[in-house]
Amino acid sequence: MEKVLVVDAHKCTGCRLCEQVCSVMHEGSVNPHRARLKIMKWEIEGEVLPMVCRQCDDPPCRDICPMGAIDKNDDTGLVQVDYDKCIGCRMCVSACPFGAMDYDVVGKKVMKCDLCGGDPQCVAFCDPAAIRFENKAKDSSNARRAAAEAARAVQSEKDR
Amino acid sequence: MSLSRKIAFVDLTTGKIETKPISKELRRKFLGGRGLDMYLLYKHTKPGVDPLGPDNVALISAGLLVGTLASASSRTHVGGKSPLTGYVGSANVGGFFGPEMRLAGFDHLVIRGKAEKPVYLYLHDDEIEIRDAEHLWGTDTRDVQDLIRQELADDDIQSLCIGQAGENLVKYACIRTSIKNAAGRTGIGAIWGSKNLKAVAAKGMRDIGIAQPKEALAYNKEIINQVTSAKVSKTMQKLGTPFIWGVTNSTGLVRTRNFQLNQLVNADDIEPESIEEDLVGTAGCFACQVHCRGKYFIKEGPYKGTYDEGPEYTSQGAFGAEVGCTSKNTVLVCNHLVNYYGMDNLETGSMISWAMELFEKGILTLEDTGGLDLTWGNDETVIELVHKIAKREGIGDILADSPLEAAARIGKDSERYLVHVKGMSNLHSDERPTPALALNIAVSSRGSDHLRGRPAIDLYHLPEKVLRQIYSNPIPYDGPLTSDYRDYEGKPWQVMWQEHLYSTVDCLGICKYHTVFLGPNMPAYEEWANLIRLNTGLELTPEEIYRAGERGYTLERLFNIREGMTREDDKLVDRYHDEPTPLGLPVVRGRFIDRDKFKIMVDEYYAHHEWDENGVPTREKLEALSLNTLDKSGSEPSNLV
Repeated sequence: MEKVLVVDAHKCTGCRLCEQVCSVMHEGSVNPHRARLKIMKWEIEGEVLPMVCRQCDDPPCRDICPMGAIDKNDDTGLVQVDYDKCIGCRMCVSACPFGAMDYDVVGKKVMKCDLCGGDPQCVAFCDPAAIRFENKAKDSSNARRAAAEAARAVQSEKDR
Repeated sequence: MSLSRKIAFVDLTTGKIETKPISKELRRKFLGGRGLDMYLLYKHTKPGVDPLGPDNVALISAGLLVGTLASASSRTHVGGKSPLTGYVGSANVGGFFGPEMRLAGFDHLVIRGKAEKPVYLYLHDDEIEIRDAEHLWGTDTRDVQDLIRQELADDDIQSLCIGQAGENLVKYACIRTSIKNAAGRTGIGAIWGSKNLKAVAAKGMRDIGIAQPKEALAYNKEIINQVTSAKVSKTMQKLGTPFIWGVTNSTGLVRTRNFQLNQLVNADDIEPESIEEDLVGTAGCFACQVHCRGKYFIKEGPYKGTYDEGPEYTSQGAFGAEVGCTSKNTVLVCNHLVNYYGMDNLETGSMISWAMELFEKGILTLEDTGGLDLTWGNDETVIELVHKIAKREGIGDILADSPLEAAARIGKDSERYLVHVKGMSNLHSDERPTPALALNIAVSSRGSDHLRGRPAIDLYHLPEKVLRQIYSNPIPYDGPLTSDYRDYEGKPWQVMWQEHLYSTVDCLGICKYHTVFLGPNMPAYEEWANLIRLNTGLELTPEEIYRAGERGYTLERLFNIREGMTREDDKLVDRYHDEPTPLGLPVVRGRFIDRDKFKIMVDEYYAHHEWDENGVPTREKLEALSLNTLDKSGSEPSNLV
């Protein structure tokens, strides 16, 4: 089963530890602007939303790459870049609807989430568990259970 | 590497900007952040400098570990000579600015002079731009940050800023960043206002190098687990600092109605559990897993629907107990307003409660207050006064001055009712039953202050064995220690030890909630030595780190002495000695600070510091701390930058 990053924005405290450890994991230095994920914020409204690579079934970054440098692994579902083929044209960056494919101006290369080879550090460090590494199906089943629990509470209130 | 970050000297009068590296020697001596700020303050101001004149400096710094894998490595320090006290001006703030300043290439800013028109600084990629801020002058602390992001078309920009209170030279205006992070105390916002400096913005792409990335990552996980597994952290994650209110108010350790009572009764509405009902979540500063900032929307009144963060324990005191209010809405609204205008909530509430006692005593009348009824617990008046202070309108103009200045303006014995040390108002905690905490505020280097030396764990009744383990690290201590918080024995050592601990963490740039402040099992010198080595490559022993913290603290003492402070200033207001606590649990009722025992505590405290009987560091001590290259006047420390 393919595992992906599953985000629960309500649990996110906006601390950006995930960005920090992501940059250290991949670049050996702290630079949140070189992280593979990003916490979007609307400060005055108090809203936060972690944006991560969705590892799409039909990835536009792959489709648009003129060098065939991006493919999707059949077993793990990971969308990955082959840097031997990549020419740094950034077509993939413009094609990604989530901004999850990014261009690293320091390293001069495109960058995206590689799930840290199966042990995503953003997940390992997130104490409130706002980002989890789960089977794709869990994304909807989590939401379904939360919605069902809310509905059930209303239902049992009525039944009383 | 992270140690390559520079000090920038910015002259707002001439527009000249100069950068200098930070030597390894300076790092080893002061680490960074607050300690190095103190060195710069001492060196780059002349004795007697006018706090609101162009020759005072506005200091900004990121601690040695800021941005690195050191759990809650978010802290920025700001400083200058305080317009509130005339002594050390220095305040610490979380949020996201510190890491961004380092990413932009800077660890320290020394800003002097005065800009002809309002300006803001923009730090990016080893450069500093001085930019026009005329269109930003008059904006609040939230809008200005948003407008700067829009103007520079970059969402990643983080800013420190002042609001209207700083512009209007409210003597306790603060520096702010994000929605509610405040470098609250000692009035640094007024220094910025006096320089026409509205904000300092930063965005950088310079990697913060990590000496041993893999090991640092793994060790950081251990430290985070150590911090988050503490019970106090779990409580903080849920309730934030308001939890402290619940415990201390029910015991009777909260100063109420200025200083008349030590407990606010009928206050269920502002209990932590009641505030929790309004929280929609909690927010964390950079890389922090304690995330103690509550997130709330105001539910009623003219501010209905407004988002803000907090409130902290200090707001429950400032806009609850001190002013005799028991309304959650008042606490949440005032918390929002001080955030919005950019002024210290603690000083604001204290000044209002002082005015209310003066009103009760007939020293202030309706004529003085412009018709405002300053009766205890008058919610509308308290909210109105926050506006008036920020705008310096009517009676607010007097209350916007420092406590001692305001008392001089009002006259008529009004000073007798001030609750302050060295001209800075006390927190709303009532220290009459707790000699350790009383000593802490009396001797603190920036005036009455719980964040420079409070042995808060003294309230936990920890067994002596545990206390000894904590307080003998890394310097052995075999003197008395007692788990009774009403005792006077051994407390001077605890206060000094905490002073050095907090000084050290402020030099490192990590949050005090990740240290022995509220939790006895938190990281300390051993862990910091590891963090420093893995993150920066610097090899320092726990004792060397301790001494660096001590060095910074000693320098604060030297600065204060240079500016005229004497032993006479290390005191409590008379009410601590003369008026026993009327309320609370039997263990705290009827308590006061004994004058003779207090004097002995101060003597012991000086002796532990190796200061003489007047509180002046001895020459031997200065030599031991290598603050020994003194000039003939005996007041100038080493000359490294």
